[in-house]
Amino acid sequence: MRRTGSYSATSALAVLFLFPLLWSGWSSLKGQPGSGQTNGYGFGNYTRMAHFGEGLTSYLTNSLLVSAMTVAGTLLVSALGGYAFARFAFPGKNLLFLATLAILMVPYATILIPLYVLLGKIGLQNSLVGLSLVFVMFQLPFALYMMRNSFEAVPRELDESAMVDGCGTFRAFTLILLPAVRPGLVTVGLFAFLASWNDFLAPLILLNDGASFPLPVAVWSMTQRTFGAIDYGMLEAGVMVMAIPCLLLFIVLQRYYVRGFMSGALRG
Amino acid sequence: MTRLAPPRAGRDLDKVAARASHARGRPRSRRYIGMLYAAPTAVIVGVLFLAPLALVVWMSLNKWPLLGQARFNAPENYTKISDDPLFVDSVFFTLKYTLIITVLLSAVALGLALLVQNRRPGVTFFRTAFFLPGAVGFAAASLLFYGMLNPDFGPLGFMDVKWIGTPNMALFSTIALVLWRFAGFNMLILLTGLQAIPVQVYEAARTDGASRWQTFTKITLPLLRPTIALMLILSITGSLLAFDQFFIFTNGGPDNSTVSMVMVIYRNAFFRFDLGGAAALSVVLLAALVALNALQLRVLRGGDK
Repeated sequence: MRRTGSYSATSALAVLFLFPLLWSGWSSLKGQPGSGQTNGYGFGNYTRMAHFGEGLTSYLTNSLLVSAMTVAGTLLVSALGGYAFARFAFPGKNLLFLATLAILMVPYATILIPLYVLLGKIGLQNSLVGLSLVFVMFQLPFALYMMRNSFEAVPRELDESAMVDGCGTFRAFTLILLPAVRPGLVTVGLFAFLASWNDFLAPLILLNDGASFPLPVAVWSMTQRTFGAIDYGMLEAGVMVMAIPCLLLFIVLQRYYVRGFMSGALRG
Repeated sequence: MTRLAPPRAGRDLDKVAARASHARGRPRSRRYIGMLYAAPTAVIVGVLFLAPLALVVWMSLNKWPLLGQARFNAPENYTKISDDPLFVDSVFFTLKYTLIITVLLSAVALGLALLVQNRRPGVTFFRTAFFLPGAVGFAAASLLFYGMLNPDFGPLGFMDVKWIGTPNMALFSTIALVLWRFAGFNMLILLTGLQAIPVQVYEAARTDGASRWQTFTKITLPLLRPTIALMLILSITGSLLAFDQFFIFTNGGPDNSTVSMVMVIYRNAFFRFDLGGAAALSVVLLAALVALNALQLRVLRGGDK
């Protein structure tokens, strides 16, 4: 009795949690007078969205570029840094590690205003490269911590014997260590992608030209209409374009997500 | 998991000796090599974190328009903070929101975690279902709800409720959105804690004839304390910085009733073109959160003992 009761409660809750996603997908395909899909079901809302503002391809390209640069940058910096922290002693080591972890202590929203000014001074204002570098910085505490621990879990004998055999540190790093820490790299890359693909406030502040907007800001701008009605069908199509890659990635890489979660990737 | 090399008991002694001399032989160059690998980290942290951190303090001491020359005017940006009624209101609103959401989120997350803590058929599906909203970006989730709770377009139109039409309803709907988006995330935090409790403890309790309620209050909750503390920290700090849900979903309305602190910072910088004032608010918020983080970490450490 008790078992079936808790089962039906859990199932009902699961339906409640899945409902908004299913509704959004359904209503992005459903016909609605005045929308891109006037009747029946189809991709009319998506077709209309393709021509919204600067065009879907432009926003999608911006989002993909920012995510790709963030993932590549985070992996590069944190793999090199993680190697340094796991295997070398150097002056300022502890200080640098503490300074990196301090990024977690400082609320991200409070340094976006100075970052806006600073990026302007170094010619990266309104630039996707500048935005990606900011994302790399925000990802760094988790990524560096994760990579340092991953490198430390590899026995020293593995790379040191390679070096005895004549490998330089860089060859030992690329040939021996990087393959050994691949799960760590996947986890770091996954979190970097999700954060950069989804973030709203940083592009809102750091970019001021509609043509360089990534998806979240572009889709939000659909709701900021002074004249005429908001096209909700197109809005939900935009939500789906943003959500589907994350949902798929999460389902495929769930194992890595939970792994990162356990090691402290606890920033939403 | 990280692949581990098989133990190599029979390693050549001369290689060990060689390694030792190798390590001792080039300590100086190894130091510089280490710095070289850490250099990108140092550049990113220095240029994009420490420099803006110093800049935000400097900006807060200046009249700093969006365009044009900055001029030193300390402490005017700080003294005028209390003159801004919208900011004062936003402090109270954000605190109220933080309190409500932290209590509700913890309760819902704990309920979900208890429902799916044991291995049984279908439990993986349930866990994924509860967590899935957390995989969607928060901005996307806010826009999803913006459409779903629209009385003309959404599925709840028949209820004839203005979901974001009154201050109370707007807060209520935002809470529903945040619970939907974050309950699974917090459930996952609690699950990691629940699974760290040894089965033997539960078995001993059962042998001693403890009821389910007694087991929960006397065993599960106390042992879960550090995990609950961690969840509270994340919920509190996250909620104090709330932006997306109020900027996108309620747009601060109706009548500025749902304006959060970060929204005021944004407005001062980009609608009033007063970057100095925005920086002063940022410094205040930053100091408050660093203090709060330090305090909570101490409480958390204490809880571990």
